[in-house]
Amino acid sequence: MNPPVAQSTEQASPAWVMELRRTMVGIGKSPSTMFGLGLIAMHVIIALTVALWAPYSPIATNPAAILKSPSVQHWLGTDSLGRDIFSRVVYGGQFSLGLSIMAAVFCVVIGGTLGMLAAFYRGWFDEALMRLVDAVLSVPTILALLLVVSLMGNGPVVIAVAATVVYAPAVARVARAATLQVVELDYVTAAKGRGESGAAIILREILPNVLDVLLVELAMKASWILLLVSSLSFLGFGANPPTPDWGLMVSENRTLLSVRPWGTVAPIIALGTLIIGFNLAADGLAKIRGVDRAGAV
Amino acid sequence: MFSYIVRRVMLAVVTVLIASALIFAALLALPGDIARQILGRDATPQAVADLTARLHLDQPAWQRYFDWLAGALHGDFGTSLVSGLPVTEVVFTYLRNSGLIAGIVIVFGIALSLVLGVIAGLKRGTPADTVISLGGLLGMSIPEYTIATLLVMAFSIAIPIFPAVVTAGPDATVAQLLPAVWLPVITLTTVMAAYIIRMTRSSVIDVMASEFVTTAQLKGLPTSRIVFKHVLPSAMLPVLNVIAINIAWLVGGVVVVEAVFNYPGLGTLMIESVSRRDIPMLQLIGVIGAVTYAVCNLAADLAGIAFNPRLRTLSNRKAHR
Amino acid sequence: MTQIDIDGLTVTYASAQGDIPVLSQVSVSIGAGESVAIIGESGSGKSTLAAAIMGFLRTGSSVRAGELRLDGEDVLSASNRRLREMRRGVVSLVPQNAGHALTPSMTIGRQIAEALPGFPGQGAAEMRAEVVRLLGEVKLPTPEAIFDRYPHQLSGGQQQRAAIAMGLASRPKILVLDEPTTGLDVVTQASILKLIGSLRAAHNMSIVLVSHDLGVVAHLCERAVVLYAGQVVEDADTRTLLAAPSHLYSQALISAIPSTGRPGLPLGLPGTPPHPRPLLAGETAADPISESELQGWRQHAAAAKKEFRPYRPVATNAPVLRVKELSVDYRRKPDGVSGPTVAGVSFEIQKGEILALIGESGSGKSTIASAIAGLRPLAAGSIELIDPESGSTVDLSRPVKRRSRRTLSSVQLVFQNADTSLNPRRSIQDSIERPLRLFLRIAGTKLHEKRDAIMRDVGLNREFAHRLPSQLSGGQRQRVGIARSIATSPKVILADEVVSALDVSVQASVLRLIDDVRREHELSVLFVAHDLAVVRGLADRLIVLHLGRIVEQGTVEDIFAGPNHPYTRTLIDSILDPDPDAVSPVDEVEIAMPTQPPLLGTAFADRYPSASGNRHPSTVDFGNGHLINTHLTRAELLALPHNNRANPAPSDSAKDVQ
Repeated sequence: MNPPVAQSTEQASPAWVMELRRTMVGIGKSPSTMFGLGLIAMHVIIALTVALWAPYSPIATNPAAILKSPSVQHWLGTDSLGRDIFSRVVYGGQFSLGLSIMAAVFCVVIGGTLGMLAAFYRGWFDEALMRLVDAVLSVPTILALLLVVSLMGNGPVVIAVAATVVYAPAVARVARAATLQVVELDYVTAAKGRGESGAAIILREILPNVLDVLLVELAMKASWILLLVSSLSFLGFGANPPTPDWGLMVSENRTLLSVRPWGTVAPIIALGTLIIGFNLAADGLAKIRGVDRAGAV
Repeated sequence: MFSYIVRRVMLAVVTVLIASALIFAALLALPGDIARQILGRDATPQAVADLTARLHLDQPAWQRYFDWLAGALHGDFGTSLVSGLPVTEVVFTYLRNSGLIAGIVIVFGIALSLVLGVIAGLKRGTPADTVISLGGLLGMSIPEYTIATLLVMAFSIAIPIFPAVVTAGPDATVAQLLPAVWLPVITLTTVMAAYIIRMTRSSVIDVMASEFVTTAQLKGLPTSRIVFKHVLPSAMLPVLNVIAINIAWLVGGVVVVEAVFNYPGLGTLMIESVSRRDIPMLQLIGVIGAVTYAVCNLAADLAGIAFNPRLRTLSNRKAHR
Repeated sequence: MTQIDIDGLTVTYASAQGDIPVLSQVSVSIGAGESVAIIGESGSGKSTLAAAIMGFLRTGSSVRAGELRLDGEDVLSASNRRLREMRRGVVSLVPQNAGHALTPSMTIGRQIAEALPGFPGQGAAEMRAEVVRLLGEVKLPTPEAIFDRYPHQLSGGQQQRAAIAMGLASRPKILVLDEPTTGLDVVTQASILKLIGSLRAAHNMSIVLVSHDLGVVAHLCERAVVLYAGQVVEDADTRTLLAAPSHLYSQALISAIPSTGRPGLPLGLPGTPPHPRPLLAGETAADPISESELQGWRQHAAAAKKEFRPYRPVATNAPVLRVKELSVDYRRKPDGVSGPTVAGVSFEIQKGEILALIGESGSGKSTIASAIAGLRPLAAGSIELIDPESGSTVDLSRPVKRRSRRTLSSVQLVFQNADTSLNPRRSIQDSIERPLRLFLRIAGTKLHEKRDAIMRDVGLNREFAHRLPSQLSGGQRQRVGIARSIATSPKVILADEVVSALDVSVQASVLRLIDDVRREHELSVLFVAHDLAVVRGLADRLIVLHLGRIVEQGTVEDIFAGPNHPYTRTLIDSILDPDPDAVSPVDEVEIAMPTQPPLLGTAFADRYPSASGNRHPSTVDFGNGHLINTHLTRAELLALPHNNRANPAPSDSAKDVQ
């Protein structure tokens, strides 16, 4: 206890501004988080602007320049159809990046909502939802996805919906666990004591306190979906040829691995850096925002 | 405690039942006239009608599900729409081949990742931790097929010690398959280890920071005893579930890796069956996945009881939470 | 002979903003067999000092200067191996929270055996015998059985006893006790302190007791070292320190402690506890406390002497809340062994009155508060809110969902833990404005004016409005909780253990605030607490609960004067006044209380049998509303031994009426 000293004159700003500032400062102090966010930003910028500066069309074949080695004209050489590998790599993020961010947002919105509702209302709804979640999680992910794709085609929206179906349950489980902890706390009891409605309690009291968890899940699930979608493309069930897609490119150029490794290695590096970006961002945010990641698998 | 175990087992059964119904519903929704697809475009309407009747496709869905379920309970999962053989026979052969990979991955992968995770957790912040953690991050961030591809580049092309693809068919003997399993094993181990290492590391760090470990240190105990007697029993608890989920993941995870190596396992069978619309086959593969998931989680829960005296001595009354 | 010799010890903690001094130039020396307390508020560095004596520094901390010798041997330069040896015979620690400090995966016996001097070479049977002997020495009821138990199977008091046994196992010359009774029920606390006292005599150890509780210190130590912001501000024998503290800070601290010998509300300490902070340019870790800070304490010490508010009960006769035969049941179905959690509870709260509901954990006191708030369904009975003017009543038996807005705003809750009762993502003004918007339907300037007025009422600076709860101290957060509850001019406030999570010095100011608020607004307060000492100077009437049944009720004066129910007696005996001469009559063996709600009223019949053979409780009336619910007869109650704490010797300050 010290005697009253003049209070620090702090600028009055809304709570969320202070939270945001705290997060920014946290990111600024964590090189790995900055690196991760930087990688994501780089890929997003490339995907959005690539049409302006890519040297070649990613799908234009050139019979005159088949399987060229890297050169000044073709930085990473060309593939067996004479397409410029560099152009295909820089275009290659468009399909999976947009798709996985979209699907991750679906996952978090739907899974987060269901998880919060289940933990707040408990009872039969919770029981039923958790059984369903368990059942969906028990079906091999790739089988579920292959079924959906052969059922409804391999359009990006279909794949995004399918990825949501297989991964939203995992988010629901994490959101439920986080909500269960919050629901026990006195400020929720206080809100109940004021006679507030369930919706008001979830939106005002619970959501702001599980938002961090959901944000981390967003980055996490984006990386998982990216892995899944690229695997799907690799197996021939994702992006259609001649779409420039990293998974597809690996599968196309793999047979030439021994003689033309760059056709395979370049898309692997592109994909790897993006996923590392998501993982570093997820780890960093979890640390900065104090989210306990144990159990978030 | 007994009622707790009974409850876990019942939950596992319910999970598998719901999963089988979900798979059934998804397969039901597959577009197109299945009988016509199987018989080909030139089939007579009569033949199509006959096959439809033989496959009971003319019956309502729920009845087909319960017929299938009744058969499944007797070990009869139907016959393949492609080969006409009982699906259990076909699946068994492929499952054995996948099991060969999975078995090695489970034994070596888990042991390796636990050791690495514990080392990283205990030596937090040291170069050893940095290397292990970075390795884990990479393992999580690179898809299986790219790891497989890079391994092929290294060990089949640059230094040719392992075969790049498997030439043996599904009926190959274990001895024939054995040389081909190592690259898939390394691939799957890398991916699986990444998650287990991360979880083990953070769990060990959490427990090392706990008050009871400080107390043990202040009792003047040697470090080895603190680690083995005080830290690990508690640190392993959250890791068990991660191990369970990863083992269950192997069932689906092998698909891509098997495709890279053309390995005649369950994953290869799955992809073929999807392309050929072999519904009974997919149904069985799906159920095998669900059962694996349920059994692994159940095993983790039971192992948790063994590790955790709090659960072991739980009175039945409190078992619920 | 000097057992512990600390000279100029300076410890800093490395942070991103630079080194933070945690201990500055600490010099203490403790002789063999001496018992010395280290006193301080949270953040004073007392736990760091205790750990340093164990040769243990938190990761990131380092010793900047000074020496620390145990038994003549330098600890700071000792090798890890030597440190381990010293922890196995020279010094050992009894940790703060035994529930967390015992390894959950190991049996009690095995953990204690690890600390034996003969471990690991000694034979298993021999070690077992030794550990069982130790468990018996700390007065655990069935040592043989407890050997094989896991920590979670023991009660909090038993865990603490096991931890003490573990500390004794290595036969140390010095025993360091870090807040050994914090978090325990009052009766358990009293008996464990008694045990520590007798062990010390038997083993002839030096004892270092880290505590924030002057009552605990007064009972166990002859000397006390007061730490403030990492510095020793006073080192004196306990008697002198308590009677005539010489440092201004010690004076302020001691004046803030309530005492049953001097009932009333002391002035709480101003400001917030000094958190260790990075040094500014030109400062060194060894700088003494600044003159301006000292000046502040000087003023405070002067004010505290004058502003002590002697106990002044309010008596009215206009009931606002009536609880009749209330029963709350947690059981899924009746099991024939135990009764409902709360049964047959009836009481009234008068307008402007503070009614204290006293009981240990598990007594159902919080359950009653939540039932009144409509958050727990009633199994039986009724709760009514009464308008004292018109006499009309509102039924409070119905749950929150079925109460009108008006009713909801009339009954408000304040929670124990201000950390969790405020949404960490909402600003203070948000928290206070919410009930105003909801119940009064006001907005804009009107809302802001009202909010500012309320914040002023509870002594919160307006600039706190935009802050988040994490940017406030514990006491300030509790003020926000109170502000929120009085915002809508309620009739009844349900205050659930509102001060038990606060530092003693902060408790005082929050208690005064509650007293201010109820006098100003004529509020009725149901004050739920586990500690009789806290309510002694505040409440008008008392209800003592045990296992969900009322055992005694009456005015505070009557209850402290006796006669009492045997359970109330135990609670009163367990109060630790900061007075070395007050002898606690509590036994060092933990009293085995029944732990399940009784099916019939037989909870005390075995321990205090009645000569009449009666086992069923009935009410004995001692007049003035002093009712005791017991199976004993009036004569038997009067014959129970008791020391009267109601009429303390008049002290000077008690006469100073403000």
